This record gives sequence, structure tokens and C-alpha cells, in this order.
Amino acid sequence: MATTVQSVGLATLGGMLWSGYSDSVKASPLVLRPPGALAEKDFLTACIKCGLCAEACTNRDTNIDKETGKARVGTLQMAKGGDSLLIGTPYFIPTEVPCYMCEDIPCVPVCPSGALDMPSLLNEKQELDINKSTMGLAVVHKESCIAFWGIQCDACYRACPLLDVAITLEYQKNDRTGKHAFLLPIVQDTACTGCGLCEQACVTEKPAIFVLPNDVAKGKAGDHYVKGWDSKDQERVGNAKAEVTTTELSKKNVNDYLNMELEY
Amino acid sequence: MKNMKYLLLRRSVQLGILFLYFSANAYGWHILEGTFGTSLLFGTIPLADPYTTVQVLATGFILGTDVLLGALIITMFYFVVGGRAFCSWVCPINMVTDLANWLRRKLNLDKEEVNYRFLKRSARYWIMVVGIIVSALVGVAAFEVFSPITIMQRGIVFGFGMGFAVVLAIFLFDLFGVKNGWCGHLCPLGAAYSIIGSQSIIRVEHDHEACTNCMDCKVVCPENQVLHMINKSSISVTDGECTNCGRCVDVCNDDALKFSIRNFTKNK
Repeated sequence: MATTVQSVGLATLGGMLWSGYSDSVKASPLVLRPPGALAEKDFLTACIKCGLCAEACTNRDTNIDKETGKARVGTLQMAKGGDSLLIGTPYFIPTEVPCYMCEDIPCVPVCPSGALDMPSLLNEKQELDINKSTMGLAVVHKESCIAFWGIQCDACYRACPLLDVAITLEYQKNDRTGKHAFLLPIVQDTACTGCGLCEQACVTEKPAIFVLPNDVAKGKAGDHYVKGWDSKDQERVGNAKAEVTTTELSKKNVNDYLNMELEY
Repeated sequence: MKNMKYLLLRRSVQLGILFLYFSANAYGWHILEGTFGTSLLFGTIPLADPYTTVQVLATGFILGTDVLLGALIITMFYFVVGGRAFCSWVCPINMVTDLANWLRRKLNLDKEEVNYRFLKRSARYWIMVVGIIVSALVGVAAFEVFSPITIMQRGIVFGFGMGFAVVLAIFLFDLFGVKNGWCGHLCPLGAAYSIIGSQSIIRVEHDHEACTNCMDCKVVCPENQVLHMINKSSISVTDGECTNCGRCVDVCNDDALKFSIRNFTKNK
């Protein structure tokens, strides 16, 4: 009896340590997942860590090194010990190998568990469409982007597989010289897939354009603000609930504070 | 060589399977792709690890039918050939712990059997159950977070990284810590396969008349509690914890142990 109680107690202790460890290793928000991946939290639950996506990525027909005739390193890596990610889950690092946006998306249909959600990548014709993927969002750090300095560079714009759609160039007058133009790369949030080709193409020492996971890169206006001139945006707040708050009025006389000694 | 038949066969199967997994990534072969979590045999037949599948289901995620079908196929397979045949014929960690065990015997680290109060061979069943509960609590397949089995397998297929430390830790634990510590006491996957194989059809059978009581089988057996019938009665090893590794059959010089079909009709 006493042994059973001790066993249960030790199992509880072990379970708590185990839970704590498991919970901490899954907290890795700065990671880019394959196309069609569920939201990070659900993805970590669903991924069975089989590596079929990474194998399909490496061994796709288009990944042949023309000189050697062998498969190159694939985009998708499997998280190893020491990568500070949930071990065995697929991810990619754009500066090493970006996602080349294969039209047939070899990595997604092979997923057996449903962690890579094929329906999310189907277009109106029910065909796989890589342009529907939302792996992340490219962000420009304009202080280190040389196009913002006035130097002509459109490396990211040209590298983008959705040319002139996901990254557009905005022309601005260069007041410093008075006779030149800025060609500023602007990322279009609704079109950018997060493939990372721009980040890999960026010419600066450390890329001035880089892909962040959507959750990290995007803000959220919330229900307090709405574009009054946009009927679609009004649908967005359709389910917003009114929040009634009351502020307790101060009982003190409004003039009192003038006579107070630094009592805010 | 005579007494290494099953050992060599087993190592060939283990290395062969690992090579097929490796080739799927390295050369694009479609024979055995994926890892133990879920695999594809010949590009079509899904195979999935039952314990991993249960962990993911415990998180509340509805898995794809391929995984569920794969887990069913694997469960049926090991139900026939002996659940822990996975442990001794497939699992790469088996090679690590067998090496530790062999070194233990060579270095004479083994003279006394230590009876740990809370590290009994039943601990693995507790860990198996706790693993499922933790999966449900945390929302991630809990054993897969540090499973040395898939870490070693993925290490071979995709590259080790620091995962090598986990494999080394298991080796040192089994060599200098607890004898048969990982496979025999802790591994929840082995526990799950023990349950799956507890009624399996292929079993080791003992011939009590031929036995000379040399106890060589008990020395090499990684789960020697299952050999309780040695020189006592002529029955099959029916315990699910037997890994069907065949080392006892190999080392027996009296032909008192052999693989056979479980006798369901009568008990001698």
C-alpha cells in the first residue's frame, strides 16, 4: 500500500517535470514552417515527426544539381537536438535554403497526420496553389535597406516569385540630391507567402528584408477600430461585443490638485 | 559463428531497415520512407508507431487516416511476431544498449544484480501511462520530445546535431548505471510493445528434458525474468516482455530453446 502511494507520488513528480520540459521546448515562436502548416500551436500537436515532407522536398524532381546530377540540400530541415525547436519538426531557414515555391507542392500531400493542411492550399478550381501559402511575412528594416538610402537596389523585388505583386516598388523623390528617385521595396501583406527568396537575395551583410512568422510580424487592430468607409472591414467587427466600462469619478474638488504638494 | 545465427540476422535486419530509411532521404528511394513515427512502405502502405499515435490522439488532434491505418497495420504485425520484436529487430537503440550490456559483461561490472526500490522493470508501464497523460496536458506528443529512438533514427537519416548526446547518455546509463536500464526499465515504447505482443504467436519454446541448467541463456537475456521456466518445465516463453531476440536460442548448446508457434491448445 505504502509502495503504491509512493509510486503514484513519484509518477506525479515525473509527470510534472516531464510536462514542464515538454511545455518549454514547444515555445519557439521564431520558426518558419512548411507551406500549409497549421497555426504553430496546432502544428506542434499534429506533427508526427516522420520527416516525409523533408524527404519529398529534398528529392523533388526540380532539386537536381545540374553539375553533379544529384539532389541538392532541401529547403526543409528536421529540427535536431540543439536547434532550440521541438525536436523532429520540419522548418526552414531562408538564408540557407529558401522555399522555391514548387507548383506541385511535393511536401504537403505526403503529410500523413494533417499537420500540413492540403485544403488550405487549394484555389477556387480545387487545384494546389503554392501562392496561397502563408509561411510567414517579409519585413523590411528600412534603416539598413540601401534602397531607402537612395542607392538603387531592387534585388528583393526581382527575386520575389510573385514579381510586382508581393513586393512592389514605390517611387519617391530624393530630396537630398533633388534629382534622383528612391525605389522603395514595399511588402504587400496579402500576397506575401513568406518563401524567403527575398531574404536570400538581399545584398546587405545581414539581410535588411527578412521573413518572420505571421504571428510575430503582424499587428492586430482589434475590434475598437474599423474602417468606416470599407463595408468589408465592417463585417470584420460584426461579432464585436460592446464593452461597457465605468470610471469612478474622483470625489475631490477639481481645484484641489492645484494646492496639492506633488501628490499625483 | 554457430551460436550467433540470430544475432547476425538481427543486426542485418536492423541495419538494413536503417539503410532503407537513410536511402529514402539520401537517394530518393521509395522503399521505406519517413521515420518510425509514420513511414511509407513501397510508397503506398502506411506504417505508424502505435504509441506515438496514441500520444497524438491523447492531445485531442484528429489524425489523418493514413496514420491510423498505419498504426493498425503495425499493431497487427507485432501481434503475430511478438510485440518486442520491434525492440530487438528494428530499434536502433537496441544496438547501443546491447553494446553497453556486452561491455558490462566484459568489464565485469555485473557481478551483483541490484534491486532498485523504485526502478523496477514495471517502471516503464508507469512511464507509458504518464506519457499519455502528459501528452493530453501539454498538447504535444510527450515521449517524442526526447525519445532517443526517433532521435537516433532521425540522426542517421537527417543528421544528429546535439541529439547524439541523448544516445550517448543512454549508453552510459546502461553501461555504468542500471543494467538493462533503458530498454528493460524505462522505455515506454517497449512497454507498449510488450502489451501488444503479450499474446503473440511466435514464441521461444523451452525443452526441459534437454536442458543441462548451464544458465547461459539467463546471462545473455536482456529480460531474464521471462525465462523463469528454465530447467523447470517445458513450456513456451509467453511473457510479452520477451523481445524475441533469439540470443538464448543462439547460446544454448543443448538445443533446449527454439522458436516455435505458441501452443494455444494445451499446456504441457
